[in-house]
Amino acid sequence: MEIDLSKRILDRNERLAEENRRLFEEKGVFVVDLMASPGAGKTSTILATIAALRDRYRIAVIEGDIASKVDAEKIKEHGIPAVQINTGGACHLESDMIQRAVSALDLEEIDLLIVENVGNLVCPTEFYLGEDAKVMILSVPEGHDKPYKYPAIFEIAEAVILNKYDTVGMFDFDEEEFRSVVRRLNHRAPVFAMSATKGDGVGAWAEWLALRIEDSKTSSSEE
Amino acid sequence: MHEMGICQGILDASLDAAKAEGATRIKEIRISVGELTEVVEYALQFAFEALTPGTLAEGSVLLVNHIPAKSRCLQCGAEYEHDRFDSTCPSCGNPFSENIAGRELLIDSLEIDTGDEAPEDGE
Repeated sequence: MEIDLSKRILDRNERLAEENRRLFEEKGVFVVDLMASPGAGKTSTILATIAALRDRYRIAVIEGDIASKVDAEKIKEHGIPAVQINTGGACHLESDMIQRAVSALDLEEIDLLIVENVGNLVCPTEFYLGEDAKVMILSVPEGHDKPYKYPAIFEIAEAVILNKYDTVGMFDFDEEEFRSVVRRLNHRAPVFAMSATKGDGVGAWAEWLALRIEDSKTSSSEE
Repeated sequence: MHEMGICQGILDASLDAAKAEGATRIKEIRISVGELTEVVEYALQFAFEALTPGTLAEGSVLLVNHIPAKSRCLQCGAEYEHDRFDSTCPSCGNPFSENIAGRELLIDSLEIDTGDEAPEDGE
């Protein structure tokens, strides 16, 4: 006998993500999911973003790693609430992990929640967490050919940060080629060349993010 | 290796549906996977073999229907299939398009045994 199911494979993850979404909307929290390889500068980007926007928004961070609390502690040193998720081997975050992490935060006191996904260019792409935007970071030393090798992450990102841009002269990084492939895969995503640790170019990224946060406030108050 | 998690999702949904129908065994699970997803069929089949023993789906077949990438041209409106990296419109040459297919991850249907498929009596 045949049973017709026509169901999303990741139905459970997506249902929980939609619950997260409703909670974030209700509490007026804008959520950004940062995805990148290990070492691309996710934590440095978060610290640079905090420095740029902490006067305007109340920020909190969820740190996803396979193990350790190193990243959450780095964030807390800056006086920002941070929750560490240890996936214990899983290569990406899922919405139930976000749900548990969020229960440790006071959402009433947060405007911007930055989620640092596990360092990986493949797995995080299929898992909606309930975020407002997925953003991917590629660092210059990883090479301009990455969009050819990992297209999905570039396709779903709403913005691409090209980090460690201060080293562009030291590597054989063809920026024109990189921008053109990203544009072909995803013509909507702006590319922000920046150095998270030195601060160059962080302003443009922070402004884009602030604009998205303001847009989401306006659209939710219109509902 | 997120195929393990994806496979668990397939199995959980299939087992729930099969039990609800009173299945004694799942014979086949049919899924659709878009070519733009980062899902590797080999890894999915490997995970399936690892996860099914001891369940109603032990020994069943996972049948994967691959859905090609398809886009709609933002300039001329043509709809066309394309490969992963080049979604340039074949009609007008415009490189910008809207994706309309290829990101699917769906369980389509199941083939089950219910154990009472022999002629029914006493109804």
